[in-house]
Amino acid sequence: MPSEFPIPIPPLPLPEAVPLAWYLILSAILFSLGVAGFLFRRNIITVFMSIELMLNAVNLTFVAFSYHLKSVDGHIFSFFVMVIAAAEAAVGLAIILTVFRNRQTLEIDEVSSLKL
Amino acid sequence: MPANLVPSASEFLRISPEILLTLVGTLMMTLESMFSRKRTLGVIAFIALLAAIGLSVAAHGDPGEAFHGMIRVDGFTTFFRILVFATGMLTILMSANYLEKAHAESAEFYALLVFCIVGQSLMVSSNELIMIFIGLETSSIASYVLAGYLRADRRNSEAALKYFLLGSFATAFLLYGVAWTYGITGTTNLSAIRQFLLGGQGSESALLLLAAAALMFVGFAFKVSAAPFQMWAPDVYQGAPAPVSAFLSAGPKAAAFAMFFRVALTAFEPIKGNWEPLLWASALATMVIGNFAALRQTNIKRLLAYSSIAHAGYVMVALTTASETGTAAAMFYLAAYAAMNLGAFAVVTHVARRGERYVEVNDMAGLSIRQPATAALLTIFLLSLIGVPLTGGFFGKFYIFKAALDANLVWLTVLGLLNSAVAAYYYLRIVVVMYMQPPAEGDTVLESPSAGIAVTIWATAVATVLLGVLPGFVLDFAGRSAGFAR
Repeated sequence: MPSEFPIPIPPLPLPEAVPLAWYLILSAILFSLGVAGFLFRRNIITVFMSIELMLNAVNLTFVAFSYHLKSVDGHIFSFFVMVIAAAEAAVGLAIILTVFRNRQTLEIDEVSSLKL
Repeated sequence: MPANLVPSASEFLRISPEILLTLVGTLMMTLESMFSRKRTLGVIAFIALLAAIGLSVAAHGDPGEAFHGMIRVDGFTTFFRILVFATGMLTILMSANYLEKAHAESAEFYALLVFCIVGQSLMVSSNELIMIFIGLETSSIASYVLAGYLRADRRNSEAALKYFLLGSFATAFLLYGVAWTYGITGTTNLSAIRQFLLGGQGSESALLLLAAAALMFVGFAFKVSAAPFQMWAPDVYQGAPAPVSAFLSAGPKAAAFAMFFRVALTAFEPIKGNWEPLLWASALATMVIGNFAALRQTNIKRLLAYSSIAHAGYVMVALTTASETGTAAAMFYLAAYAAMNLGAFAVVTHVARRGERYVEVNDMAGLSIRQPATAALLTIFLLSLIGVPLTGGFFGKFYIFKAALDANLVWLTVLGLLNSAVAAYYYLRIVVVMYMQPPAEGDTVLESPSAGIAVTIWATAVATVLLGVLPGFVLDFAGRSAGFAR
């Protein structure tokens, strides 16, 4: 019979067990990984996923700041970002499909007929 | 409950153009099957845009903020709203015949165009970073689809892919900058950010705020195709359908510059000493890259793309001045540029014919013999792009460089003027090919311009010349609206 029950619910707002800076560093690392993936990966789908990673890093930044500032604005902004990211994903995947249909490849270097 | 939670009627009037266009666009998508003739939808979109101009003028009679400072209607907003709506109307005129020939006339095209314009209208009227982001993405996502509209065409889909990938990449940077600005200042309202900076509370986090502003600069510079983020423009303008390229180089660019000016000159104006050198370098690089790369182009759409980069550089000069005269000059310039560039692209659309097979500079050969009027009007547009007196392009450049001299940017002015001299070479080359070379052998028949194209060319030519002969009307309005409410 575990004696810990019921688990006491910590009072709100939660104690800042994890400092703000850690979230910001994590989001900066995620953003940089996204940038690196965008620049160095050659598969179009992976490149697209890197952009999504960047947007999620932004969301993490918004939410962390929002919690830190005790203002709900940042939470709402992250919802807007999610909606836009979803719209972008829908359009982006459709564009990637048309490219694949026209060329039978997803290698970004082979999509380069528009050059001088 | 505070009483201002319920928006007043005048607040709705201030965003009525966007409301109208969103409704029309949505209805066009849902009721498409009721129209057997898709051209009707083009007419509806045209009328809706005309009505939106009327509503913007009505909203201008009662300027102010709406929805808790999210939207701000002032002269600046009205100027750019009318500009992007008029650009949309001319694009519809230009594309109807093009789409019919490509067997691709449908409700999506007109609806996407309308949604894209809604986004631009929001961009130019928002006074808040998140609203700017939403407007920007509404405009961008619709324009990614428009760039790849003829999806079976390899060039179209490639243009759409490049535009989409690089555009979303830049948006992520902009958004990361917004997130940091929010974290440091605790607000995303432009006026509130300005108050924060003026209050000097940001001194310890000033470096971080500069980094945030730099991240946002990446996003803005991409959207206006300023160096070093201009590389997408040539591929997209070359690959996209010609009327869409025309639209992208006029409407979205003007709207992107409008929000760039508003953010730089309201929110970040107190720290302008820090960002002016950055913009100085970017303006110069944009002019040089655009003009010198245009010199060796043979594809006329790609040439106009590089020329549009160069023109973005001139507007960046106006932004570098960070002054009211500079803002007014940029407003005038963007209007003149929209007119002359839409005209030039309309002629290119006409000469390219079905499937865009004739888009080389040499395909212009003998145009003066086959269609003297079209050749003459294209000459007007090209002279205006060079900046010859009696055209809108001349006064645009004149006011921008005058504002730059007033702001003691002597070197930037000198280098910018040298750049305009370089530009004369590649524009005049087109004129020479038109007038001095005989038509190529085995060229297919060039039928006379369709009604839509003809109206576009004549209307933009009249606008280009009017702005060059009587610049006062537009310039007065620009001068009165250039000061941002802070």
